[in-house]
Amino acid sequence: MDYFKYDLAGLHELLVKKELSVSELVKETIVNIKKRDNDVAAFLTLNEEEALRQAEELDRKGFDKDNPLFGIPLGIKDNIVTKNLRTTAASKILENFDPIYNATVMDKLQAAAAITIGKTNMDEFAMGGSTENSAFKVTKNAWDQTKVPGGSSGGSAAAVASGEVIAALGTDTGGSIRQPASFNGIVGVKPTYGRVSRYGIIAFASSLDQVGPLTRSVKDNALVLNAISGLDPHDSTSSKQAVPDFTAKLDGNIKNMRIAVPKEFIGKGVATEVKEAIKKAITTFEKLGAVVDEVSLPHSKYGIPVYYIIASSEASSNLQRFDGIRYGHRAQDVKNLEDVYVKSRSEGFGDEVKRRIMLGTFSLSAGTYDAFFKKAAQVRTLICRDFEHVFADYDLILGPTTPTPAFGIGEDVKDPITMYLNDILTVPVNLAGLPGMSLPAGSSNGLPIGLQLIANRFDEETMYRAGYAFEQATDFHKEVPTFGGQN
Amino acid sequence: MNFETTIGLEVHVEMKTNSKAFSPAPVQYGAAPNTNTNVVDWGYPGVLPTLNKGALEFGMRAALALNCEITKDTHFDRKNYFYPDNPKAYQITQAQEPIGHDGWVEIEVDGKKKKVGIAEMHVEEDAGKNTHSPDGYSYVDLNRQGTPLIEIVSKPDISSAEEAYAYLVRLRQIIQFTGVSDVKMEEGSMRADVNISVRPIGSDKFGTKTEMKNLNSFEHVRKGVQYEAKRQERLLLSGGVIQQETRRFDEASGQTILMRVKEGSSDYRYFPEPDIPPLHISDEWIQEVKASIPEMPDKRRKKYVEKWNIPEYDAGVLTQTKEMSDFFEETVAQGAQAKLAANWLMGEVNAYLNTNKLELLDTKLTPEHLATMIKLIEDGTISSKIAKKVFKETISNGSEPRNWVEEKGLVQLSDAKVLEPIITAVLNDNQKSIEDYQNGKGRAIGFLVGQIMKQTHGKANPKVVNKLLIKNLKER
Amino acid sequence: MAINANEVEHVAKLAKLAFSKDELQKFTGQLGEIIEMVQQLSDVDTENVPVTTHISNSQGVMREDKAVPGTSRDLLMENVPQHQDGYIKVPAIIDESEEA
Repeated sequence: MDYFKYDLAGLHELLVKKELSVSELVKETIVNIKKRDNDVAAFLTLNEEEALRQAEELDRKGFDKDNPLFGIPLGIKDNIVTKNLRTTAASKILENFDPIYNATVMDKLQAAAAITIGKTNMDEFAMGGSTENSAFKVTKNAWDQTKVPGGSSGGSAAAVASGEVIAALGTDTGGSIRQPASFNGIVGVKPTYGRVSRYGIIAFASSLDQVGPLTRSVKDNALVLNAISGLDPHDSTSSKQAVPDFTAKLDGNIKNMRIAVPKEFIGKGVATEVKEAIKKAITTFEKLGAVVDEVSLPHSKYGIPVYYIIASSEASSNLQRFDGIRYGHRAQDVKNLEDVYVKSRSEGFGDEVKRRIMLGTFSLSAGTYDAFFKKAAQVRTLICRDFEHVFADYDLILGPTTPTPAFGIGEDVKDPITMYLNDILTVPVNLAGLPGMSLPAGSSNGLPIGLQLIANRFDEETMYRAGYAFEQATDFHKEVPTFGGQN
Repeated sequence: MNFETTIGLEVHVEMKTNSKAFSPAPVQYGAAPNTNTNVVDWGYPGVLPTLNKGALEFGMRAALALNCEITKDTHFDRKNYFYPDNPKAYQITQAQEPIGHDGWVEIEVDGKKKKVGIAEMHVEEDAGKNTHSPDGYSYVDLNRQGTPLIEIVSKPDISSAEEAYAYLVRLRQIIQFTGVSDVKMEEGSMRADVNISVRPIGSDKFGTKTEMKNLNSFEHVRKGVQYEAKRQERLLLSGGVIQQETRRFDEASGQTILMRVKEGSSDYRYFPEPDIPPLHISDEWIQEVKASIPEMPDKRRKKYVEKWNIPEYDAGVLTQTKEMSDFFEETVAQGAQAKLAANWLMGEVNAYLNTNKLELLDTKLTPEHLATMIKLIEDGTISSKIAKKVFKETISNGSEPRNWVEEKGLVQLSDAKVLEPIITAVLNDNQKSIEDYQNGKGRAIGFLVGQIMKQTHGKANPKVVNKLLIKNLKER
Repeated sequence: MAINANEVEHVAKLAKLAFSKDELQKFTGQLGEIIEMVQQLSDVDTENVPVTTHISNSQGVMREDKAVPGTSRDLLMENVPQHQDGYIKVPAIIDESEEA
């Protein structure tokens, strides 16, 4: 199956017309993944047998033509809990973990008759921006296999960009969907906090995590978000807000849309070629009739420290449950309980996870709580207020997704601070709980550059509408990577 | 040198909700290990807590009954520590904004009344159970994990073992009357941590405190405090220094024994629980909960004494537990005379419970049946002697008294028309007794009544028989 | 405020992690840098600024007090490294913890 030739609607059409059965689609997808994964190494676990079984069952049941995801094989990030399908969060501590329940998003995808084709690689527990922190393998950028795919949803992004699947789910705590989408030249959306249930997402930072789709087109993205959104009684932070049809306003019309460009997003530290791409994007939006102004988000420069304190604090607590007692890795050669804890955890977690647990534990300690956690939570309020001020006057915020295109494998992993700074344009969105999208807006030396659109809370519709209009007015999304001289 | 003792108590009470505080698994005591648990209780990767409204309301109820202010803007916090019975390695509790604060309860020791302040009261989840085995392993049962608790933290207002004891008794009584918990000490549904320090009288600084944890007997608290205060005094008088330490009360020796010295305070890294959105408690909700609180023992006692003419002591006994008090009030509501109902409950009923080691609600006695039986006695349908038979039947087999009395033919014979011929016959047969009576031998009456009772198989109403007999004798 | 190896060790103890000497040195250096980086927050005036610890638009979300039977114990035990007679089995605590 050549996913580069189709979008979801096109595939759906093939299935409706019975030019292709779900079983054929699944089989071809598996063959394709096995081949492409030699280059990109996007998947940790393939759900081969079960996916085929489901496909046959769907073929038997007959086609549901009102259901755009019917029979579509999807990649699922490996921190999303899948019943009876190994879920590791790319950590040794969960290497053999076999979940006994499904994440709510998985139940929803199942209800939509989508098929889980496999679990995608990621930075361990979603901590990182290169997928190099996986305990199991290094995923490669679909466009250049010497470059990182970004992260932490690097496996999902590479799988979509290399045509292994048409869509995948990722999670975004500080940019983990948008940054890899940007690095791989695809569309990645982090919905508003509360839009999608977090039940069954192996928690990294509870007040920041959100699940979202990675796709090659804006419309496909909206279709997948339609299927996974909505209030969940298992997640008290999921929202009662009505879920609109996110494809409803994809009409290309953005006349008089008010777009703000924060000067902090195109300042020092953002690569020239990225600035150029954003400038061109601004021109495109203006040609489409939007009004673009420069604004300021004065506290966004504190986003990184605020994010690292809050995310690490929550993570240090969330990851305490990995103690070797009820599931996951238990160290051998243990004499007492303390050994079980310390050895299992020290053996099971990688360095980046340990660093964040340490920083978080430190930030929450009695003597440092006020100066670290509390201070960060206060500055977070100021960051939220900055956004509120802008959204009082504007419909959308525009900027780059990342300061640079994808960096080389092994380049950043040694220096945590440099790595953390890559998140500077994405973390404020998580801190404020806003929806954000990355979509292709150019390239430099064959590496994609991402444009980030940020909307007000629960206004994904405006974001999709603008993204769609931009996509229709440009050709960036039509470019695809080549593998061994073919695509 | 004379010392004064300062005691602070932290009391945990398990609520009797249907489901757990943050998961819908059942709350049930005594089930097979790990059968009342789900993935949330196990802290499975990816699970999230959902707050039980019933648990929060019970918390509010207890807070209001303890005269606390309700914190209107509240949230939950995480208390982080590793332990096998604590699956998430954090306990969801309320550290920053407890649901209730600044309450009080009144205690009475040696006729002196005193208000003990409640610093704060909050809702949290209980841990599972860890059983240590001599085989070098611990065995973990998570059934109790997530059971909703209230923790009541007193102000350091308590100054003796007797006061500590009285405070606990009072607390248990109030909580029990709110219906929030059964407060069964033997099931561990009420447990106390005791902080105790001594200082020379007049000193304005508290002494260093020691702590006794998880006491589940009031008697142990009393004895432990007595011992510990003495120990600290003696140590200070001999020039020693009190260490901040955790001690254990040893039942056999009546002493407190050092468990471990505290090195600074533990670092639980409290922070707001991000998975549970904050709560705003409206005035309407507070009023609603207030209205749902059953009448408290003090009010009931006053009602019994003033309205129903029950002696003060009896009113106290009847309001010791909510079961007894509710039973009593229902019996009265069913038409029994209050004084008689009180006598029965405190006499025969209590004796039966003691003999058979039962709780009132474990028996088949209902307020309706007790009231019926009392009415049967009052209207002369049964004698008090027969009543004891009826009582036994009703409490052990649940028989309806009126039906049972009729069925067994135990209705008392009070009808003169029926009794007269029997009396006449007995007198005719006992000429000698008549003569004795006429010669002033009062005993003869007893004998004659006995004969009449024999003829009627004990069913004759003794009062009526007596009256008729004397009348008949006088006529002879 | 830098952080020294002793403090890092104390934090590691709280987090139930152990580091070799080399690792400890590396982590102390890295954590020190991170802490220095986050220290720029002290420049921000947060007088009277409330904290943001929840970003959801939900408030007062509660569930009715209705019990649902527990998950099958056999299923729950599937991922348990060591269990016996329906209990989760762990090597005993040598030093009694604070909590019981």
